[in-house]
Amino acid sequence: MSQEDNQTNDRLLIAGREYRSRLLVGTGKYKDMDETARAIEASGAEIVTVAVRRTNLGQNPGEPNILDVLSPERYTILPNTAGCYDAETAVRTCKLARELLDGHTLVKLEVLGDEKTLFPDVMATIEAAKVLVEDGFDVMVYTNDDPIVARELESIGCVAVMPLAAPIGSGLGIRNPLNILTIVENAKVPVLVDAGVGTASDAAEAMELGCDGVLMNTAIAAARDPVLMASAMRKGIEAGREAFLAGRMPAKRFASASSPIEGLFF
Amino acid sequence: MHILLNGEPMEIAEGALMSDLVEQLALGGQRFAIEVNAELVPRSRFAEHRLEPDDKVEIIQAVGGG
Repeated sequence: MSQEDNQTNDRLLIAGREYRSRLLVGTGKYKDMDETARAIEASGAEIVTVAVRRTNLGQNPGEPNILDVLSPERYTILPNTAGCYDAETAVRTCKLARELLDGHTLVKLEVLGDEKTLFPDVMATIEAAKVLVEDGFDVMVYTNDDPIVARELESIGCVAVMPLAAPIGSGLGIRNPLNILTIVENAKVPVLVDAGVGTASDAAEAMELGCDGVLMNTAIAAARDPVLMASAMRKGIEAGREAFLAGRMPAKRFASASSPIEGLFF
Repeated sequence: MHILLNGEPMEIAEGALMSDLVEQLALGGQRFAIEVNAELVPRSRFAEHRLEPDDKVEIIQAVGGG
């Protein structure tokens, strides 16, 4: 595939919809709505996550809403179930989000197990995924870097499996690349690394492992210059994807000269 | 009668409909969704959904998040 073909034809397919960008971004932790909008623009992301929370009744009635800044006409909005520690609240959150977004069925399911690690509660995640798939949701599911659990979530009918690279918001990078590789090799649905990426090389590494995309928030929002980091992440994702498609050279222990030995004049 | 709205106590008219509450809160034009006692109430049913005393009403919106 030539570079041009790749840029034209390489698409991420999720729940029947094609995306040019393989970088998905969260919208939390930014300084203000303006910075959010500029960072997301620079990231080139087409899918953006939002959280579902109580409306601020009475206070700041003119306050801009995130959906005014990121219109559902332009972006695919991916409501998450962040903050849910059991299957029931996660399902309730998804139903509210679907109503909020006029019947939109794509959701990011995360059921957390522990406040310190924010690791997923896998049992509750599986329980919620079953209910949501049955109810017609297109579930992108946050999970551990466990290939067996990933396979189970796929068999339930989740449209994408999203193993963590490292704890949410930690920026530690991919702690277990071999497990991510195994998940990718087993999967027939898109695999996206979700959480734990710290910088552009982490994003590139995920893509070089063959992931279909990366979802991140803090790595951009907590950078000194979030807009510049958003641009770096976009390039990291693109570089990693192209390197994966190109097929890297085998690593060797010893040197192999790049210049010919023949024709030496000394 | 007394209800709990987003965790705060509130007095509304006896037998009020969800559409009355939405109007009273001046939520027109905003994107929101409502559940009562942990059950979603679709927008299409606001005009017929009668609120009961001690209902727990949650009105939610999208916010920034990962």
